[in-house]
Amino acid sequence: MSTFVLLTITGLGLGAMYFLIASGLSLIYGLMGVLNFAHGAFLTVGAYVTWWTSTHVGGGPGVKLLVGALAGLAVGALLAGLVELVLIRPLYRRHIEQVLVTVGLALALGALVQAIWGVDARAFPVPDWMIDTTTILGANIANDRFVEIAAAVLVFVGLTAFLRYTRFGLIIRAGVENRAMVTALGIDVRRAFTLVFALGGAVAALAGVLSGVYFGVVDPGRGTSLLIFAFIVVVIGGFGSIGGTAVAAVAVGLVQQYANYYTTGLGDLAVVLLLALVLLLKPEGLAPKVAH
Amino acid sequence: MPVIIVALLALVPQLSLDIPVLFNGPLDSPGTLGVLALCMVFAGVALSYDLLFGFTGLLSFGHALYFALGVYLMTIALTKWEWGLWQSFGIVAVAGILVPLLLGAISLRVGGIAFAMVTLAFAQAGEVLVHNNPWELTGGEEGLGLNFDPLPDFFVGVFNTKNLYWLALAYAAFVFLVVRFAVASSPGHVLQAIRENERRVEVIGLRPFGYKLIAFVLASFLATMGGVVWLLVLGTGATPTVTTASFTLTLLVMVVIGGAGTRYGALLGGFLYTLADQRLGSLSGSSTIQDLPAVLEKPLSEPLFILGTLFILLVFFVPGGLTGFGRRLRVLRRAAGFEGGAAPAREAP
Repeated sequence: MSTFVLLTITGLGLGAMYFLIASGLSLIYGLMGVLNFAHGAFLTVGAYVTWWTSTHVGGGPGVKLLVGALAGLAVGALLAGLVELVLIRPLYRRHIEQVLVTVGLALALGALVQAIWGVDARAFPVPDWMIDTTTILGANIANDRFVEIAAAVLVFVGLTAFLRYTRFGLIIRAGVENRAMVTALGIDVRRAFTLVFALGGAVAALAGVLSGVYFGVVDPGRGTSLLIFAFIVVVIGGFGSIGGTAVAAVAVGLVQQYANYYTTGLGDLAVVLLLALVLLLKPEGLAPKVAH
Repeated sequence: MPVIIVALLALVPQLSLDIPVLFNGPLDSPGTLGVLALCMVFAGVALSYDLLFGFTGLLSFGHALYFALGVYLMTIALTKWEWGLWQSFGIVAVAGILVPLLLGAISLRVGGIAFAMVTLAFAQAGEVLVHNNPWELTGGEEGLGLNFDPLPDFFVGVFNTKNLYWLALAYAAFVFLVVRFAVASSPGHVLQAIRENERRVEVIGLRPFGYKLIAFVLASFLATMGGVVWLLVLGTGATPTVTTASFTLTLLVMVVIGGAGTRYGALLGGFLYTLADQRLGSLSGSSTIQDLPAVLEKPLSEPLFILGTLFILLVFFVPGGLTGFGRRLRVLRRAAGFEGGAAPAREAP
């Protein structure tokens, strides 16, 4: 029983990270039709900026992590917004070219991070209380798992509220539904594009920070390895729906953890199998967006 | 035209020409022939990828999986099961059809960008499988050395590099012929129609799924064969790098460099990229780069940084790749010569 609880909460922590990456991807894809391969690079950059800042400020590990995370999020948002303005916008509506550009960007940014900070993993500032464990139903669970889950829930609630109750959220929701109509009503959707990119960048950077806490280190390949699972989550969740993405992220995180434990390390394969099953039974994903 | 090019290329091992900057030794030296053979292999594999991406409009991020299938299954059959050459080749050929048939049927249930993600996921599963080393078959991260005993003598050893070169040339020519035949056939016309407008193909009354599956299986089969030839040309064994997503991205870069949707473009892209890769590998460690200030030196000594940046510039400024560039030059020249310098009509994106 205690093993099962441990696996479940670890799986939820992993799912939380997948959700953070996938929600940005899913919104960007839903609104703009852009599959952003550079999203993993935003994550890596966010994590590295956090680590770098934390080595340059005083105070305990908690303060270091907080200040670093704020810097990481800001840089992530700025970088993503800039990428949209400079690289994505000129290729408006040419989806294949946009994908190709983000592929090139992912390669270049990953290599740049490696060039600046080296190939070796860097130790992340993790406060002691996050490493300590809490006992739930006989299972000793590291506290950072709860931080990850809480962060994902907050982002989920925040994003849903933002989309539902703000004017920008309204424009974004309408844009996902029917971009041509929104433009025809005289609203400049392109500003929403930049905003969604920046938002996605910030959330990806947050995922980077949390992955640093989860694994204890950052390395240049982190973004790419998490990105592939985020893609799977986006497909299973059915593009452009935050709720669907959340359900899919939890499912993928749990399946991966359970399969890893009960079948000796086949978690990644189990996730791909889950994807194949969903595609066979429900190719449009769990919660497809209503119209293209 | 293609016959003449192949005949000329087949004569290369007989020439002892020295091409100073491009190659280290004369053309008939084993080193140069080895590099050229690799270039030929990737020219063929790039063309097989272009059949999917350029001609059918299917953006797959999992083409490496089928190349790796050829590499690994051949190595396993020869080394672990100690089968003969033809037996091993037979099982690889069968797998090279059945595996893409199964995975293609699943991943083609979604289209466009979702297809790209799903193929990426399958390729990722392949990479994990190879790393996990099931039944000690794949050798995990170490890779798997090749057992040379079942191979015929004329494919083994440095002196026989020219035979391997001819094998690689034959492979590239084979891919070229198959793709030319496939594109010119009537299903091939449907494929190009699917690229242009899939909805319209459906309205005409055709089901795109079957045609796309044919293109997927054919392209994957050609890539599997490419894996076998690559294995023989390199002559060391299977390494996990051929299973990675960056390997597929490399193929994509080759096709985009040469110009997607053109046969010569993909061949040229694969050839030139591999040549540059072989020769520029030494550049990043060279003194020219090492002497630059640290701000420039550090990024420029990362090959992937150069590749990624080059790729972005290419997409922005040379949209049709090398062949598209040549075509636009011709259009410009014609416009300048005959129409008093009127600007040529822009090609639709």
